[in-house]
Amino acid sequence: MGKQKLVIIGNGMAPGRALEKLFEAAPGENGGTSAFDVTVFNAEPRVNYDRIMLSPVLAGEKTFDDIVIHGDGWYIKNNVTLYKGHKITEIDRTKKTVTSDTGVTEGYDKLIIATGSSPFIIPVPGHDMAGVVSYRDLDDVHAMMLAAKKGGRAVVIGGGLLGLEAAAGLQMQGMEVTVLHIMPHLMERQLDPAAGYLLQRSLEARGIRVHCKANTKAIEGEGRVSGVRLDDDTLYPADIVVMAVGIRPNAGLGKLAGLEVNRGIVVTPDMKTSDADIYALGECAEASGQVFGLVAPLYEQAGVVAKNLLGGSAEFHPSATATKLKVTGCDLYSAGDFGEAKDREEIVLRDPTRGVYRRLVLKDNAILGAVMYGDVSDGPWFFDMIKRGTDISEMRETLIFGQGYQGGASADPMAAVAALPDDAEICGCNGVCKGTISKKITELGLTSLDDVRAHTKASASCGSCTGLVEQVIKLTLGDAYQANAIQPMCTCTDLGHDDVRRLIKAKSLKSIPAVMQELGWKTSCGCAKCRPALNYYLIADWPGEYEDDGKSRFINERVHANIQKDGTYSVVPRMWGGMTSPAELRAIADVAEKFNIPAVKCTGGQRIDLLGVKKEDLPAVWADLNAAGMVSGAAYAKGLRTVKTCVGTDWCRFGTQDSTGLGIKLEKFLWGSWTPAKLKLAVSGCPRNCAEATCKDIGVICVDSGYDIHFAGAAGLDIHGTILLGHADSEEEAIEIIGALTQAYREQGRYLERIYKWQRRVGTETIRAAVIEDRANRKALFDRFVFSQKFAQIDPWAERVAGKDAHEFAPMAELAPMQAAE
Amino acid sequence: MNAMTKEWIEVGAVDDVPVRGARRVHTQAGEIAVFKCADGSLFALRNRCPHKGGPLSEGIVHGHGVTCPLHNWVIDLSTGEATGADKGCTPQIPLKVEDGRIFLDGAAIAKLAA
Ligand code: SRM
Ligand SMILES: Cc1cc2nc3c(=O)[nH]c(=O)nc-3n(C[C@H](O)[C@H](O)[C@H](O)COP(=O)(O)OP(=O)(O)OC[C@H]3O[C@@H](n4cnc5c(N)ncnc54)[C@H](O)[C@@H]3O)c2cc1C
Ligand code: SF4
Ligand code: FES
Repeated sequence: MGKQKLVIIGNGMAPGRALEKLFEAAPGENGGTSAFDVTVFNAEPRVNYDRIMLSPVLAGEKTFDDIVIHGDGWYIKNNVTLYKGHKITEIDRTKKTVTSDTGVTEGYDKLIIATGSSPFIIPVPGHDMAGVVSYRDLDDVHAMMLAAKKGGRAVVIGGGLLGLEAAAGLQMQGMEVTVLHIMPHLMERQLDPAAGYLLQRSLEARGIRVHCKANTKAIEGEGRVSGVRLDDDTLYPADIVVMAVGIRPNAGLGKLAGLEVNRGIVVTPDMKTSDADIYALGECAEASGQVFGLVAPLYEQAGVVAKNLLGGSAEFHPSATATKLKVTGCDLYSAGDFGEAKDREEIVLRDPTRGVYRRLVLKDNAILGAVMYGDVSDGPWFFDMIKRGTDISEMRETLIFGQGYQGGASADPMAAVAALPDDAEICGCNGVCKGTISKKITELGLTSLDDVRAHTKASASCGSCTGLVEQVIKLTLGDAYQANAIQPMCTCTDLGHDDVRRLIKAKSLKSIPAVMQELGWKTSCGCAKCRPALNYYLIADWPGEYEDDGKSRFINERVHANIQKDGTYSVVPRMWGGMTSPAELRAIADVAEKFNIPAVKCTGGQRIDLLGVKKEDLPAVWADLNAAGMVSGAAYAKGLRTVKTCVGTDWCRFGTQDSTGLGIKLEKFLWGSWTPAKLKLAVSGCPRNCAEATCKDIGVICVDSGYDIHFAGAAGLDIHGTILLGHADSEEEAIEIIGALTQAYREQGRYLERIYKWQRRVGTETIRAAVIEDRANRKALFDRFVFSQKFAQIDPWAERVAGKDAHEFAPMAELAPMQAAE
Repeated sequence: MNAMTKEWIEVGAVDDVPVRGARRVHTQAGEIAVFKCADGSLFALRNRCPHKGGPLSEGIVHGHGVTCPLHNWVIDLSTGEATGADKGCTPQIPLKVEDGRIFLDGAAIAKLAA
């Protein structure tokens, strides 16, 4: 029986797989195949090995022996003639022979070209110097390991899959590594910016320096590399430079032989080149206009080639591919197409505490692409659905949580949650399981998501499990529960206040445009609801860094006076702790007369209001008040308003402590601060409570043993007595607790949420733990408050008297009567 | 004088009006507010909210709208109409820009007084 001769050029992963398939489909009596005599030429002087595992070899986690796919014995057993270290330099298609650089010529009936690809070397000056290596085969790995033995510095050019694996490996070998990447984020072909950013952070955390948008100008050195210079002249010293900027298909041999070649050797879906007896397989082949650099599609090609060699008519059609980075500790996975487009939707899950990020890109109820960082366990599951085009509409709500949340056959999210055992973890951030949630709901009679959050902490951190928590509530309460989804801040976004606050911190967003951009605002410049809220969040979160945006403030806070129904303003100067003096009163009287101010009134906040001031007069009124030592009372501010006091030990026969003095100290300490909503305090000298401290946002009742600190009172639209938060022995301690409490409220409060509403949402116990019990935390909160006050305690009136925002007060033009009235 | 005369009255420079802000122009016929949006477009409206006369110049400017400072009606700057569920309209004053200077339509201002 005349066996045909099959010759293969290249002994990489793709032809290795093709041979396995061939031997399986048409086994020979003594191994190998009955259909062909097989000869393989390989330029690399070795057997077939798992190229993708070179990185663990470099990192020292595996040896070469561990990654061999077919050892020498396999070739003997299967009667394959392997020429190691023979590079084919010529194909003679008329004679049907191939010839190697060592002069061996072999005839073929069928030929497979599987020459793989070569690393691309950017032709910058110095690219051919000693010490510049690429990353493709075992020799490169050995060169890197040798260099690493001496320690020193490595620069890796290219922040793609290969570059990062090289960087991580070199670092494991003890080198100091810098990655230079030309694009704005790492692995841009596989990752979206968010995941690229997380990856960069975790590489940096392990000590690898990453420089994105780095354009290499030259490799410097004398005979041997000494550094890499960028086009902005930054110089990174280097003892070894790894170029990992991409690969080029090895199609030269095909071209030489006169085959159709484009980027790769062009094949039809049956993997045949323009010569029907010649197949091209692997990275060197171009199928359907695409070349491939990952093994999965190459293995599919291998199967097609094996079948067709045996007379079949299989076809290769490219499908989505998936990538995993093989760097221990960096778990990322990307699959399919995750670009943004109008007709696509996305589902994103972020869990900053666990460093988890997942994004699914959907179109017409099918998953197109997935990017995962941190927890990649569901990667293959999503990938499978991408390839199948599975209709996900039924499991949409729980899809992002992965396979574990889909109840077997049924994709009903309720059924899926019902099927979970009591010890199934629902909230990953806070480690709350299903049983705990349902037990608390029943025990405490909880009825809302907010209640459940307050009492169990479930979904109180990143919020990504909110949907699941709601389902547990639904399961427990039945129809009694009306899901109220997270209330978006306004119609410009779907995000609620808490998400926005969290993301401002997590993503280091430091301006309103940055927030709108990064969080996908639906309007170009927000609205009168979200802009003031964002302005507050940014000012509270980035003291000293964020520049206040006056245009995002309500008029009162912009001109530091209260607008009245007729467009005039009222002006309230501070009277610290409600104390005043003849000089201050005289100045107020003078101002009222000088500017014809129609009304002067004592406010409910123990100070004096000048009502009906014309806008143009405001700076001059303030100048006079400033001259008498008075500053803005901020009667307009979502910030500190008043600290009311009673006369205390100074005068009162019942006074136990200096309530007036403490009130003044508190007002001097807190003034100028911005808070989510207005903040009013009072200090009463004894429990008779003449300053009405027990209906304030924060109230102090002086007692013989010190100071009882109260909070969360209300006496406006709602009426509530305060809650006793704790006790302070000294004034200093009282001030520290109140500073810490104010800061906690500033950091967690939603815009326009008074303290009492924040307390209801978060829970007294949580607040008490944070500002009374945990001393270190109290001190940290206090310090953050003190720091932010450095930038806040500037009298806005004085600034405007000095000329700030002058355009606010003067009209742009006064038209002469003649011009307007015809 | 003829009420129909097309007369453009210069009121100041484009740069005088802050972005996402407004300036007032005093006239015999009452105040006019000149707004500049984030995209640089300029609009002039009578400075009286159709609700209870609030000074629109003091409101927060967003998109091509302004939120009245008194009770939060949102007025469309390009038409002077209240948006959403609210009904009402404040007169719009034609405006043009030449050489970085802002001009208002004198006849339209005169009509406000009428
Ligand atoms: C001037 C004053 C009334 C007076 O003549 O005494 C006053 C005047 C206004 N209050 Fe008040 N409140 C004044 C003391 C109070 C008090 C009493 C107190 O502070 O001890 C309360 C109850 C305590 C509280 O704050 O809850 C009070 C509860 C309110 C509320 C309800 C707030 C709530 O969350 O329940 C509003 C409406 C709001 O803020 O949304 C409000 C809003 C207002 C506004 C700002 C209405 C507005 O938006 O225009 C008024 C501004 C008038 C102006 O132009 O000056 N005012 N207001 C008092 C100024 C105090 C000061 O010196 O700064
Ligand atoms: C460090 C590294 C990590 C990788 N990680 C992954 C991964 O995680 N996932 C993934 O899917 N893919 C990964 N890849 C890519 C994957 O290894 C390749 O896609 C795959 O090995 C290509 O197989 P191939 O058979 O087409 O070519 P190759 O495996 O490159 O084999 C080509 C062979 O042909 C030989 N040859 C070339 N020209 C001639 C000639 N003229 N004569 C004779 N012989 C010749 C070469 O010496 C070479 O041995 C990685 C690659 C590298 C280098
Ligand atoms: S109670 Fe306060 S808000 Fe109401 S009218 Fe009086 S001052 Fe204005
Ligand atoms: S006056 Fe403008 S909303 Fe009431």
